[in-house]
This record gives sequence, structure tokens and C-alpha cells, in this order.
Amino acid sequence: MANMPMEAQVHHHAAPTGFIRKYIFSLDHKVIGKQYYFLAIVSVFLGMVLSWLVRIHLVWPNVHIWGLGAFSPAGAPGGVISPEYYLSLLTIHGTLMVFFVLTTAPQAGFGNYALPIQIGAEDMAFPTLNMLSFWVTFLALCALVATLFVPDGPPISGWTAYPPLSAVGTIAGPGQGMGQNLWAVSIALFCIGSLLGALNFITTTVDLRCTGMTLMRMPVTCWAWLITAILSLLSFAVLFAACVLLILDRNAGTSFFLPSGLLVNGQLQNHAGGSPLLWQHLFWFFGHPEVYIAIVPGFGVISHVLSVFSRKPVLGYKIIVICLLAIGFLSFTVWGHHMFLSGMSPYSGFLFSIPTLIITIPATIISLLWLGTVFGGRLRFTTCMMFALGFVSVFVTGGLGGMFLAQPSLDIFLHGTYFVVGHFHMVMGVAAIFGMFAGTYFWFPKMFGRMMNERLGKVHFWITFVGVYCIFMPMHFIGLEGMPRRYSSFLNEAMQPLMPVHKFMTIAALITGASQFIFLFNLFWSMYKGPKAPENPWESTTLEWTVSSPPPFDNFGGKHPVVYHDAYEYGDVQNGKDYVMQTDPPG
Amino acid sequence: MGKAFAVVLTIITTVSVAIFVSRHWWFPEAASAHGGAMDHQFVETFVGAAIGFILAQLCLAGFAWKYGERKGDARPIRIFPGGAKWLIVLALVYVGSEIILLEFVGQKVWAAMYFTPPAAGSLQVQVLAGQFAFYFRYPGPDGKFGPIHTRKIDETKGNFFGIDSSDPESKDDIVTVDLAVPVNQPVVLLLNSKDMGHGFYIPEMRIQQDIVPGMEIPLHFTPTKIGRYEIACNQLCGLGHNTMRAFLDVMSEEDYQKWIVEQASLQ
Amino acid sequence: MSSLDGPVSAAAVHDAHDIPSWGGGSLPYAVPSKKLGMWLFIVSDAITFSAVIFAYGYLRLAAAAWPRPFETPSIVNATVMTFVLLSSSVAMVLAVRASSLGKVSGAVGWLVATALGGVIFDVLHIREWLGLIGEGVRPFHNPWGTPMFGAAFFTMTGLHMLHVTIGVVYLLVIAVGFGRRKFSAADVEVSGLYWHFVDLVWMFIFPLVYLLSAKTA
Repeated sequence: MANMPMEAQVHHHAAPTGFIRKYIFSLDHKVIGKQYYFLAIVSVFLGMVLSWLVRIHLVWPNVHIWGLGAFSPAGAPGGVISPEYYLSLLTIHGTLMVFFVLTTAPQAGFGNYALPIQIGAEDMAFPTLNMLSFWVTFLALCALVATLFVPDGPPISGWTAYPPLSAVGTIAGPGQGMGQNLWAVSIALFCIGSLLGALNFITTTVDLRCTGMTLMRMPVTCWAWLITAILSLLSFAVLFAACVLLILDRNAGTSFFLPSGLLVNGQLQNHAGGSPLLWQHLFWFFGHPEVYIAIVPGFGVISHVLSVFSRKPVLGYKIIVICLLAIGFLSFTVWGHHMFLSGMSPYSGFLFSIPTLIITIPATIISLLWLGTVFGGRLRFTTCMMFALGFVSVFVTGGLGGMFLAQPSLDIFLHGTYFVVGHFHMVMGVAAIFGMFAGTYFWFPKMFGRMMNERLGKVHFWITFVGVYCIFMPMHFIGLEGMPRRYSSFLNEAMQPLMPVHKFMTIAALITGASQFIFLFNLFWSMYKGPKAPENPWESTTLEWTVSSPPPFDNFGGKHPVVYHDAYEYGDVQNGKDYVMQTDPPG
Repeated sequence: MGKAFAVVLTIITTVSVAIFVSRHWWFPEAASAHGGAMDHQFVETFVGAAIGFILAQLCLAGFAWKYGERKGDARPIRIFPGGAKWLIVLALVYVGSEIILLEFVGQKVWAAMYFTPPAAGSLQVQVLAGQFAFYFRYPGPDGKFGPIHTRKIDETKGNFFGIDSSDPESKDDIVTVDLAVPVNQPVVLLLNSKDMGHGFYIPEMRIQQDIVPGMEIPLHFTPTKIGRYEIACNQLCGLGHNTMRAFLDVMSEEDYQKWIVEQASLQ
Repeated sequence: MSSLDGPVSAAAVHDAHDIPSWGGGSLPYAVPSKKLGMWLFIVSDAITFSAVIFAYGYLRLAAAAWPRPFETPSIVNATVMTFVLLSSSVAMVLAVRASSLGKVSGAVGWLVATALGGVIFDVLHIREWLGLIGEGVRPFHNPWGTPMFGAAFFTMTGLHMLHVTIGVVYLLVIAVGFGRRKFSAADVEVSGLYWHFVDLVWMFIFPLVYLLSAKTA
């Protein structure tokens, strides 16, 4: 047989009954997508609170923070954050945000929810595996949050957990015992959850597209989720190996990452034969694709949403797909740019900077194509669109910072300074988050059957958009002054004139953070009290807008959609309509 | 709403660029031989980045201003002239020229530091980093460093390098807590760590290198301005990471000779 | 459950030959989803093993004195283990063939034979481990050279042995399920993919760990 009808193997499950089956251990991709989304919401608010503590400590180190002393008497005696607790808060902030926010909601959250519907499928290819991957991820989050409660505290080695600090155990400092072990277990579990999710996404996209849904008719979002899944499949496998080796070094006496002759705290360590650089190679071989895993779903959402709210097709759809594939491929070739000064061969440094600069090309093309999509359109400034336009702005800003860091000669000065912190926050902490906001405001009507409040949304947008520039643009300035990162306080006189900048950033962070509660209120209030959503409130062409809001449990009510058009047929107004649904009959 | 976005974005763009251009917050003045070239490369990169930044943000602002849908708007959409083609060309030209300029022309600084050996007659100084301090060792008149015996390291007795005084090459070694060098003298630092990964960062000298336990990593530079500069640890090494620092004193040749004799007498 | 024998609902399906392989509504190259899923898992697991082997290579190349302690009895043992695993893969091929021909008892028999091969492999392996432990090899120490020898050895072979053991359980579950007609021939084939993968990994570990550490005169 040249091919096999998809129907031959689809097994239809009946509607779930009972609270547990419907909402807890659900096989429904829509429920699982929401579960991932709310896991990310919990994580992002926790991570945001940690960032407030970090920022407050930097400018008001002696302030007594209400409740913190009771929560962690060892880390914050009397509510005053100690230097080691500062590093702990920073470590958990980074770990939560990178893994449990940016690697869940954009892919497993929105992707799980929308991918099957957008391609005309009833569910993902492996619903049980899907449920399993969520609960494994949930377990991983529990392990990470547990580090905040263990007696010795969370690890202090940063989300990057470089050995020897992360591998020698409690002798290296507080948090390096049980806290670091739990961290490694959490990440290892997270890897498993991600891997299971990745193979589900890929199989679903390859196998479950409905009749007429060719790959080139898929919305850009589906391409983004597919490419992200491939990146996850290949990169989390390496992180998993690295975590296993770290756990062995810490608990089984092995020395994968520990050389001989380490004299820690006056005690000669028994290890020999290992290399701290080995961890860095393994970690960053994962770590660089990881940041693309964090942003590529956002590329998909933004490309999609800009088209919908400009009433214009995506400019250069095919080119965008090629660029996403190129970015995915190249992301595996650049990991050494995190290691220019690590002690690896300087020839490697030169070699890694070439693909690092080359990867700018597809990213620039995509950014220009977004501008080209908006050009000449009929723009509808919904909250979703505002965040999409904001994404373009902040991604360009953050990406340009990368141009400096990509060159090893400049990295000599900028590595380890606030310039780097500003850069990665702009692209991950802002742009990727804007992608999540855009996705939320866009799919909320479909997910919950109600509309979010646009006025609150606009207030949320404006405070956030101005706020993030106020927080993260100044980091580039103080980075130029050579201000090191991961410092709990600055002792030297030379850095004191920069403290007002820190104060400015902290206040901006507190205000911007507070405005996220406007979003949270809007989210939950609208779920119950928002005006009921029609089937297609945004006049969008893709398949999820052909079904009710929210969709029936099997998405299409037992029907099998057939697709005749590509995903972006917007344009001039004909017969009062300026768009053609993908499922509209041809002609 | 679109117009408001355009205005706000224009203000953000203008203010950001203005602050950079004003150099209100900028690198400290370079005090080493290769510093000028590095700063020059930064400025070149900045010009390229600023052009891209300004054009992209202002285009976005302009489009948001101009293309808002008005009530009852049936205006036909306009496809970008030439479709995607000219945008691809623009991206290739812009990034391609940056790559050629920065990567191949601008590699001088990286090459000077890492692909060329240190000058003959360089002053060699060994650096030992450990939680949470730096120590320095000069080889003395014999020009050789005695071996480091990790088991003999004892901070309470001031034996930071684990020197065995019976080793012939260690006899004239000079261990100090500050790093002093004569101005315009090429220096080679031999970086070692006894416990964690550390960093060695002197912004004014435009040098930075991670220190990896188990490796001795050479780093060479030539200081060109007399002064006292802070050496910061720039790789997270534990709870005292932010307190881990030392000082580089660049002195006249005369002052250096006095200093080294004084340090030798303190051994 | 799933079946390769034809469409479930004819009304919803166009003629099989009209739909291009990638045009939606059909499985490209007629590869069932479970098979594709297993292939993707194998790719990922292969990369995990590759990362561990990379770590081994990185550290071995940097090591001054990597022990080469495996004398003839050890190499013979490892060769026998290799032969057992290869034979079990042959048994697996026969199991898949029998299942596709609908020969249930034959398939179950060959599946059990395959699992038995895995068990023998595990037993020989554990015997070897105990011998080495008796000689003083630990993850952090051995009598011959760099302590990383033990760490690398136990990690790589341990990870592999874990996969073999999981495979044995997996195959027995499939055998019982296929025998009770709950699983299909497709499920047997998918389990075969996993088993062959585990065998393939061993074909890398055997030379890289054992032969490269064979005692030379």
C-alpha cells in the first residue's frame, strides 16, 4: 500500500465521565493543555515573586521582608536575605522560569490545546502518554518546589548548576546537599516528561492531519510546535544523561565532572579523572536548543496572530517555515558560544561564533517578514495584537544584544555581566512571555467559551510593555560598566554610582509585576463572568474556529473536517467578508 | 491604540539610543594594549546594531500608526512590494555584512589574545583562586615556579600555594595578596583554581577568563596605564562569590622593583 | 484495538490510492503511529546513550592511564553475552514474522525465547559485575588506574542493563497480551524495534568498553 488511511488506526474514545476522569487524569488534550498552562501560571507567579525578592535584596539588602523569616529562618533570619539565600532564590527563579514556564505553556500548554484541533484531529496520537507526560512534569515541579522547604535550602549554583560547585556536595556550601539532589531529580523527571510530549507532538503532526491538511496548509503555529518538538526530542536526551551523571557524582562517588586535587573548605576531595568542562558541553548542547524551544512556539503564535489581526496573509509563509527549520538545525551548532571563556580551546571559540552569527539570518528574515505582514494591512488592535506587536519590538531588541555577545572578542568584556542578563531576559523573559500572553488572549475564548475583558487587557499590556523596557534595557547599560551578575551585593566603590539604576529597575519590576495581577484577575474572572464567546470571535480562518467555544470533547463532534484552503486567506472584503475558512468549499 | 503604540515605541527607541550614544554609562577607560581594538570593535558592532534597531522599531511604529483599521474600512490590503524577496535580500545583506566585518575582520582582538603566544620577556605570575580569594605567586630570580602541593595548602599558616620550602625552585618564590605589575610590561597570568570554577575579570584591562580546577590556563595582556584596578570573580563559586576580589596595581618600573623586593622580604 | 486490516469507517475515507502520502487524512508511508512513536523514542534514547558514551570518550582521551584489565575470561564472557543478545534478536525477528502470519502460539513462543535471551544476558552480566566488585572495582575506585574506569563501566553497562531488563518485562507483557488476543501483530513489531535497538546499543558498548580495555600482552 502506498499509504494508509488515518482512520484505520484511530480509536475513538467515549466522552469521559466523573470528576477525576474529566479534570484530573484526563486523556483529553484540551484538558491536558490547560493543566500545563495552569502549571506554568503557578510557576511564573512563584518565579516572579522570587525575582522580586532578588531585586529588593539588591537595593534594600537590610530590609526585613514580612513572612520570609518565618518561611526560611536559616536563609533569611529575621526576614533579611542572606547572601546564600540570594543565590538560592536566583537559582530557583531561573530553573522555574526556563523549564516550568517557558518550556511548558508555549509548547505543551498551547500546543496540546490547539495543535490537534488546528490539524483537524480528535486528539493527540497518544492520549495516555500525554496524560503521563503532564503528571511527570507535575512531579518534577513538586521536587523543585520541595527544595524551598528542605532544611539546608535550595541549591545556590544557578540554573546552570556548574560543577564542581554542584557536584561536590554539602562541603561546597549551603543548599548543595539535599537541595541540589532534588534539583537534579526534578530536572531529570522534567526531561522525561518533555521527551514523551515531544514524540507525541511529532507523531500527531505527521499522522493525524485531516484530509486536505497538507504540511504547507498547516498554520505556522503547527510548524513551530513540530520543530520545537524535534528540538526537545534531541536535546532533552542529552540533559537527561548529564543529570544522571551529576546525580552519580554527587551520590555514587563517581567523578565525571570532578578533577583530582580539589581542596574544598580545607578538605581534600577523593575525586579524580573528571572535567567540569564536560558538564558545560553536555549542558549547553541541550541549553542552546532549549532557548529556541522557549521562543519558537512564540514565533509561531506571533506569525499567526499578526496575520489574523492585520487581515492579511502571512508574508512569506514558505520562507518562514524554511527559516524555522534552519534555526532548529543551527541551534545544535552554536552551544560553545556560552563557553567562549570557559577554558575550552580558543579555536573552538572562533568556530562557534560563526554559526552563532549565521543563525541571525533566519531570525532577521522572520522579523522582517513580520513587519512585511503588518505593512499594508487593516490592523485590529486587540490586546492579543498589542502583545504581538510588542513581541516584534522586544524580540528585535533582545536579538540585537545577541550580536554583541556572539563575538568572542566582545564577550571577553561582556560575559558574566548584566549585559548578558539583559539580553536573555529580553528574549526569554519578555518576548517568550509576550508570546504566551498573545496566545492566552487569542485562544481564551475557545478554551473557556468566554471573552476576556479588553480594557483590562490593554491596561495590562501598556504597563507591561513600558515596564519591561524599564527593567531590562538598563541592564545593558550597567553591563557596559562591567557590573558582574549573580552578585548578592556590590562591595566595590566603583559600582556604587550604579545603584540608582538598580533602584530604578527594582521599582519598575515591582510595578510591572503588580500589573500581572490585573492579568490574573482578568483570566479567572472572565472564565466565569466574561461574556459568552461566539464560535469565531476573531474572524480567523483556521480549524479551531469552525467549532463551538469551547469545542465538544472530541473536537469536531464526530465529523471529519476536510481542508481546501491554506491557513491565511485574508484580504479584500468580498460580500462583507474578508476571509475564507480553511474548510470552506473550494471556489 | 495603534497611534499610541507608535508614539510610545518611538520614545523608547529614541531614549534608548540616546542613552547609549551619550555614553553616560559606558566601558571604563581601557588600560591595556589590546583594549583600544576591542572598544573599536564594540563601537562598530553598536553602529550596525543601532541602525537595525532604529529602522526596525520605527518601521513597526510607523506601520502601527498608519495601518489601523477604521470603522467601516474596506480599504484593500497591500502586499509588500516584491513580496518576501527584498526582505530576504535585506536580511542577507545586513547580517552578511555584519558577519564578514565582525567575524573575519574583527577577529584581531581574539587572535591577539589567544592565537599568538605571549611576548618574549613577559612577566609570569601564577594565580590561585579558591573560595573566596585570589593569591598570586611570582617566580623570583630563578624564573621558575616550584610545584603546588595541594595537601600543603594551609590558609591559616599563610601557605596559600601549598609550597614545600625544601623544593629548590620554590625557595625564591614570592606569594602576595595583590597583583602588581610594571606599566607597559607584557604579563602572562597562569590561572589555577583549588576548588570550584572561578572567574578572573578586570574590566579596565579588557581581560576575562574562567578558571577551571584541574587546568592551568594562561592569559596574557599588557597594562598601559598606572592605577589600581579591581579583579572580580565572575563565575558563581559559592555564597561568598560577590566578596571574592583582589586588586591589580599597575606601577612604574621603579615602584614595582621596590614593591617586589619588599614582598620578597615578607616571605 | 488497532488493526492493519482495513479502515474502520469507510464513509470517512477516500480511496486509498487517491490521497498523496502527505496530503492529510492518511499515514505517510503507511507507518502506524505506534511505530513512528517508538522510532522517535529510539532516536531520543540513542542520543542519551551517545551523550554518556561521549562523556566516556572525553574523559578517557584526557586520562593519563586508563586501565586495560579485561583478560581472556572477561572477553569470552562478553562475547558470549553478545552472542546471546544477537540470538535473542533473531528470535525476535521470528516472533514478529510469526505474529504477522497470525501464528499466535509461535509468536508467543519466540517472544518468550527472546525474553529468555535477555534474562541470560542479565545473569551473565550480573555475574561479571559481582566478579569485578570482588576484585575491588567501584564507581569511585579500582585497583588498576584512574577511578573513572569503574564509574564509566558501571554507568554505561548499567544503563544498558536497565534497558534490557525493561525490555524483558515489556516483551513478556506483549507475549501474554498477544496470546490473549489483546495486542496485535503491530504491537509485537513495535516491541521488536525496541529490542533491536537495545541490541544495537550493546554493539557499541561491547567494543568501546570491553575490547578497548582488553589486556594487551
